[in-house]
Amino acid sequence: MKPRPFDYVQPDTVEEAVAILAEYGDDARILAGGQSLVPMLNLRIVEARALVDISRISALDVMREVRGKIEIGAAVTQNKLLAWPQLAEKLPLVAAALPHVGHFQTRNKGTVCGSIAHADPSSELPLTLALLGGEVVLKSERGERVLAAEDFQKDMLTTARAPDELIAAVRFPLTKGGGVGRGVAFREVARRHGDFAIVAVAAVVEDKNTVRLGVGGMAGKPMVRRFAREEAAGAIAAWADALEGYEDLHASAAMRRDLFRNLGPLAVTEAIRCAA
Amino acid sequence: MRRVNRDARARVSLTLNGRKLAAEAEPRTLLCDFLRHALGATGTHVGCEHGVCGACTVLIDGVATRSCLTLAVQAEGREVRTVESLAAPDGKLNPLQQAFRDHHALQCGFCTPGILMSFTDYLSRNPHASEAEIRDVLSGHLCRCTGYASIVAALKRAARRE
Repeated sequence: MKPRPFDYVQPDTVEEAVAILAEYGDDARILAGGQSLVPMLNLRIVEARALVDISRISALDVMREVRGKIEIGAAVTQNKLLAWPQLAEKLPLVAAALPHVGHFQTRNKGTVCGSIAHADPSSELPLTLALLGGEVVLKSERGERVLAAEDFQKDMLTTARAPDELIAAVRFPLTKGGGVGRGVAFREVARRHGDFAIVAVAAVVEDKNTVRLGVGGMAGKPMVRRFAREEAAGAIAAWADALEGYEDLHASAAMRRDLFRNLGPLAVTEAIRCAA
Repeated sequence: MRRVNRDARARVSLTLNGRKLAAEAEPRTLLCDFLRHALGATGTHVGCEHGVCGACTVLIDGVATRSCLTLAVQAEGREVRTVESLAAPDGKLNPLQQAFRDHHALQCGFCTPGILMSFTDYLSRNPHASEAEIRDVLSGHLCRCTGYASIVAALKRAARRE
């Protein structure tokens, strides 16, 4: 299908972009890579009075290291981040998760911030940001605020972004030295490679006794918990029951719990092996 | 700042396969429709219109992109390459196209233009791609004739893997 009519606005600067958002408010949608938004517009699931195209704002097409975090601007594509030579060293979990995001062809345009803004409950990048304890930088004419990932994503496709705010960047905490955070694993089950995950899990070894595990596709947003290594398998099974999961076209809640009970311990084992 | 009202038509100028062209488009016009209807370049096929099937894949500034997920107005000033650019002016197929022909890697041909453009980009970055890498990139395309085996064979030839 084709989208319904909308105004197209292409600001040259972040200041212009937030001014436009203040003008249109809830009626505007931010267009960066368009790999989630344009399908929804074409299918007429989403309507917008205006699209604010930020893809050519050069100030947003920036990756930089700021105070122990890697900041990724809103116009940075997933393939640009994946091609960054230092990615595996600085953000090993992101390096493991990114190849699961869509396809080569959609990663060419799809942005890192766009995935996080879209907030699909089984999506890889929101899970990664939540597990690493990252941040989202929001800008508006009222100023700037920085939210922790867990405060940003509220529920299925729902975030704390106000209608006049632009996600200017996200920040992934750097892997610390001494092997902490070096052991990582990412696993997911999808119907076809490149599809949305039914269940996705990510694990980070915190220290020699503790692992942190995150899961997508079990609740309205990514869920994160810490476990003692030895107790992980039993604790994951109990957590799967507590989360319950949900049913949609792709899987029943029981299947999601089963997938998580199997994938969770696998990811923990793999992360521990990776840290060794 | 550029602003186009929903009822207005904007003039979109771009380079298509080396030629500078311009035509008018509404803000909501998709690039795939703009290429086919406004510029007459019908080599690009339009399948699912939501980014899943890959038939409409073109190169924008050298990068494989779903033209059904790109607005025509977003292509302003860009260099767009479509399947029409691959063969020589005298009609001689390029090595990728020839590999498809040699391996019978198309049946109905609907998905072919997108696959050719995806791999024009991918093989330029990774000329000797492995079969696993080829299959990974090919997962971004759907062939409803299900002729994947011969498509993979052709792509392996193009990557000089066999």
